[in-house]
Amino acid sequence: MELLVASAIGLLTAAGIYLVLRLRTFPVILGISLLTYAVNVFLFASGRLTIGAPPILTDATNYTDPLPQALVLTAIVISFGMTAVVVMIALGAYLGADDDHVDDRSETEDAS
Amino acid sequence: MSLFFIVALPFVGALLPGLMNSAGRQACAGVTFTVTLAALIGLLSNLPAVIAGETVTTGIDWLPLLGLNFNLMLDGLGFFFACLILGIGLLIIAYARFYLAREDNMGEFFTYLLLFQGAMVGIVLSDNILLLLIFWELTSLSSFLLIGYWKHLPEGRQGARMALAVTGMGGLAMIGGMLILGQIVGSYDLSVILQNREMIQASPLYLPALILILLGCFTKSAQFPFHFWLPHAMAAPTPVSAYLHSATMVKAGIFLMARMWPVLSGTTEWFVIVTSAGLITMVLGAVIALFKHDLKALLAFSTVSHLGLITMLLGTGTAFGAMAAVFHILNHATFKAALFMSAGIIDHEAHTRDIRRLGGLRKLMPVTFVIATLAALSMAGIPLLNGFLSKEMMLEEAYHTVLFENHWLVPALATFGSLFSAAYCFRLIGHVFLGPVRDDYPAKPHDPPFGLWGPPAFLVSLVVLIGVAPFLAEPFVKLVTASVLGEAAEVPKNYIKIWHGLVPALYMSIIAVVGGLLVLAIFRPLLRAWDAAPRPEAKTIFEALIAAVVALAQKIIQPLHDGAFTRYAGIMAITVVAAGYHAFATGTIGEATRTMQPITPIAAAGWSMLVAATLALVFMHRNRFFALILIGIVGLMVSVAFVYFSAPDLALTQFTVEVVTIILLLLALNFLPNRTPIESSSLRRVRDGAIGIAAGVATMALSYYYLLRDTVSPSISEFHLANSYKGGGGTNVVNVILVDFRGFDTYGEIIVLGIAALLIYALTETLLSGPVRARLLNRKPDQPRAGDMHPTMMVVLTRVMMPVVLMVGFYIFLRGHNEPGGGFIAGLIVSIAVVMQYMASGFSWASARLRYPYHGVIGAGVLIAGLTGIGSWFVSKPFLTSDFTYVRIPPFYKFELATAALFDLGVFLAVVGAVMLSLESFSRLARRAHVPESEHPMDIDPSREEREAV
Repeated sequence: MELLVASAIGLLTAAGIYLVLRLRTFPVILGISLLTYAVNVFLFASGRLTIGAPPILTDATNYTDPLPQALVLTAIVISFGMTAVVVMIALGAYLGADDDHVDDRSETEDAS
Repeated sequence: MSLFFIVALPFVGALLPGLMNSAGRQACAGVTFTVTLAALIGLLSNLPAVIAGETVTTGIDWLPLLGLNFNLMLDGLGFFFACLILGIGLLIIAYARFYLAREDNMGEFFTYLLLFQGAMVGIVLSDNILLLLIFWELTSLSSFLLIGYWKHLPEGRQGARMALAVTGMGGLAMIGGMLILGQIVGSYDLSVILQNREMIQASPLYLPALILILLGCFTKSAQFPFHFWLPHAMAAPTPVSAYLHSATMVKAGIFLMARMWPVLSGTTEWFVIVTSAGLITMVLGAVIALFKHDLKALLAFSTVSHLGLITMLLGTGTAFGAMAAVFHILNHATFKAALFMSAGIIDHEAHTRDIRRLGGLRKLMPVTFVIATLAALSMAGIPLLNGFLSKEMMLEEAYHTVLFENHWLVPALATFGSLFSAAYCFRLIGHVFLGPVRDDYPAKPHDPPFGLWGPPAFLVSLVVLIGVAPFLAEPFVKLVTASVLGEAAEVPKNYIKIWHGLVPALYMSIIAVVGGLLVLAIFRPLLRAWDAAPRPEAKTIFEALIAAVVALAQKIIQPLHDGAFTRYAGIMAITVVAAGYHAFATGTIGEATRTMQPITPIAAAGWSMLVAATLALVFMHRNRFFALILIGIVGLMVSVAFVYFSAPDLALTQFTVEVVTIILLLLALNFLPNRTPIESSSLRRVRDGAIGIAAGVATMALSYYYLLRDTVSPSISEFHLANSYKGGGGTNVVNVILVDFRGFDTYGEIIVLGIAALLIYALTETLLSGPVRARLLNRKPDQPRAGDMHPTMMVVLTRVMMPVVLMVGFYIFLRGHNEPGGGFIAGLIVSIAVVMQYMASGFSWASARLRYPYHGVIGAGVLIAGLTGIGSWFVSKPFLTSDFTYVRIPPFYKFELATAALFDLGVFLAVVGAVMLSLESFSRLARRAHVPESEHPMDIDPSREEREAV
């Protein structure tokens, strides 16, 4: 099970980095979203994987680690805010200049 | 008065002049004067204790773990300097009131002045060297503002920059020196450091610490080779020059050398470095001063020279030298401030400070003449004035000082310096005031009003008083000297008196005065020789140095920082992976402490879907709509994983956030191209893929190793599990952590969320008010629009669902404390309910029914959460302490009331407001010119009908 989660985190990161390295804004935003998933799952997994023991107090004695969950919960909501801001900036840049390239191409010769 | 108030008064008072600015110049100067006077009176109230030899201390722990405590102390030395700072400050404020022109912003000036004053008082009263460093940097900053006060003058800006660069660099060096010193002693408290002379001087780190601290002192006090900034700082208004460059800031370095004297002085290193730097500065400053034509430049170099004199005296390391230094600090502050103010008066009245254009002012400005002449004669070392007394002591000390095993070097140079010092003083008197009255002054000079000549006159009366009756100043000087010396040496018994008999110092003094007169007699040929001689211009060297540094920085930065963001991202990814690999390859990895859990079919199925969606996303991301669907699947699978691994709260949050994120991206895609064109070469794609795979393998390895090992130290989670119900009154531990244990974090996070939403709103507003607006309004949609913009089925369904969804949200909110749910999730659910109305019935229809603006909802949320936190203050508990109780109202069961629920309500509102404000802003961009704004919910697109009719 651990291998599945670890490989999922790795795949999300790899795909996220690849998309972040694209030249247009939209794939970069998608890449950032994938990286956000990877980071959130990684943080969550720092509480180790437990099945069937949610941190809701009952008569049980074994619970999963609640702390990473609380951290990740706010991280998810904040990441929405961040995505929204980035999308807005990308949109503003596109509407203003009719160009959705990520790089400032006026300064780079290497536009390939 | 407590020392805290003395330090705090100028800082708090700095707010007032700006506020009083509109109340007139009188009020503005008056309030500044009052603040300074109050601080001075507070200081004087501590005089009895200081005279009794006590050290007044007070302190609060600020960051005790770092050794940074807000400890203040007041002894003789601190009292002396604080007196100078506040006392001369009073005179300067009175003077500046009349000096500043009507168009100068007086409130701004006095605000800077008070900031500077507070920082200076802070330096001299600090009992903690880290605290002292903070105040030290503050003086650099506030003096920068003061020197550059006349922003329209390029010299003012350049001078301010140069002063900041030089003193700032020195400050950096001093931070290093102070930290080393603290490390040697094991404490950053000055009073402890001063007790450990032997330990410090025996340490191998003594020399580096000494050099670094002296760098700070020398740059601040304009010692050779850092003396060049001071004359350029003279572009400041004269009150600033008089205050900063005679009595206060440039004395900060001197103060620190005096403060550290007991522990740092007495060694060969100290003696050689400090004495020779002081000696060179003294001679160099005096010689240059003679040939300066600008009155203020002359005074600036003379200040440099006198600071060198004091430094040299401190460098000798004898008790007599220290006493002479203290006495000369006092005397120099009085006559030099008076001279600066006189120079300001001449500039103010004659409209020039160029000595070559002046002369004969004796008859036109008799009052100024008397003041300036007395002060200048004192500086020259003429008997019956205070400068004579300390100069005699300096020469006496120089006579006994042997540098580089040469008995003649120091006395000869000291006499030479004094000779030039006397010469420029005589030149100042002779070329400005004496001689025939001219008829080509830029303005008709006359004596100024009392406000301008009163302050220097007061200082000159002190000059004469101390000069005639030195026994009045003697107890005070000895008191201060005692606190400089500490336990390192005894205060010398020598009297400060006018006549010591026919001692060597008297002969040296006579040589200096007579020689000074002779030099002035042959001034013209000397000046020609001086002008002809080549000499390095400090400003040019400094500017060349700065230009070289800038060029070097650009050379390094330009290739890296060329505007290609993808390159930065690539470099960063590679660097992080390389650093991680280095750690992995060189560190040790503990044994696995956990066994791998078996893979279940459900998990395998979810994993496969995640992998398939992610891979498909990578290969098909060019179709942007399809990419959105794929990323939705990824998000869904992540939510499922959360459910599976015992995190119901996370799953709910991820799921709802996924919905609003997709809506957001859809709204954005409305304006963006639908396809990403192929631009990068296949080589580049392979390269990016390799970087991605490297990063992926690295994170996978990290996660895998991490998941199979327990944490090294026990987690604090046990505490949360144990106290969630007992202390927080809730069984959903995640929610209790959010609203109770870590409530402050959550509070910060909802504020961040609110700010993000407001940022989006602001960006939208900017777009809609700019040239983009026209383009948006006339935009042609790139795809055919649906005929029925608001399908009846959807409208009816969403309206029926609305109350149901709201109730679910309410339920989720209420049960959050004990079951999965809470403010965040409820907020997202309610947002989705509202967004559905926008989607189904149209923007205008929904907006028209909006009763509260979303900004207000965010604000209310943050406010409610904040007030809940503040509420705990009323029962003397820290911010955000929660409380709960159980009540029973028949016929209901017993239920819980918790303040945390109120906090959660704030979270709820902030989330609703933030999400809705973001989405609404995006929708507003979609409004188009040719589509009428309809408030009717179930309309059809009229443009379509028109098209059919045509």
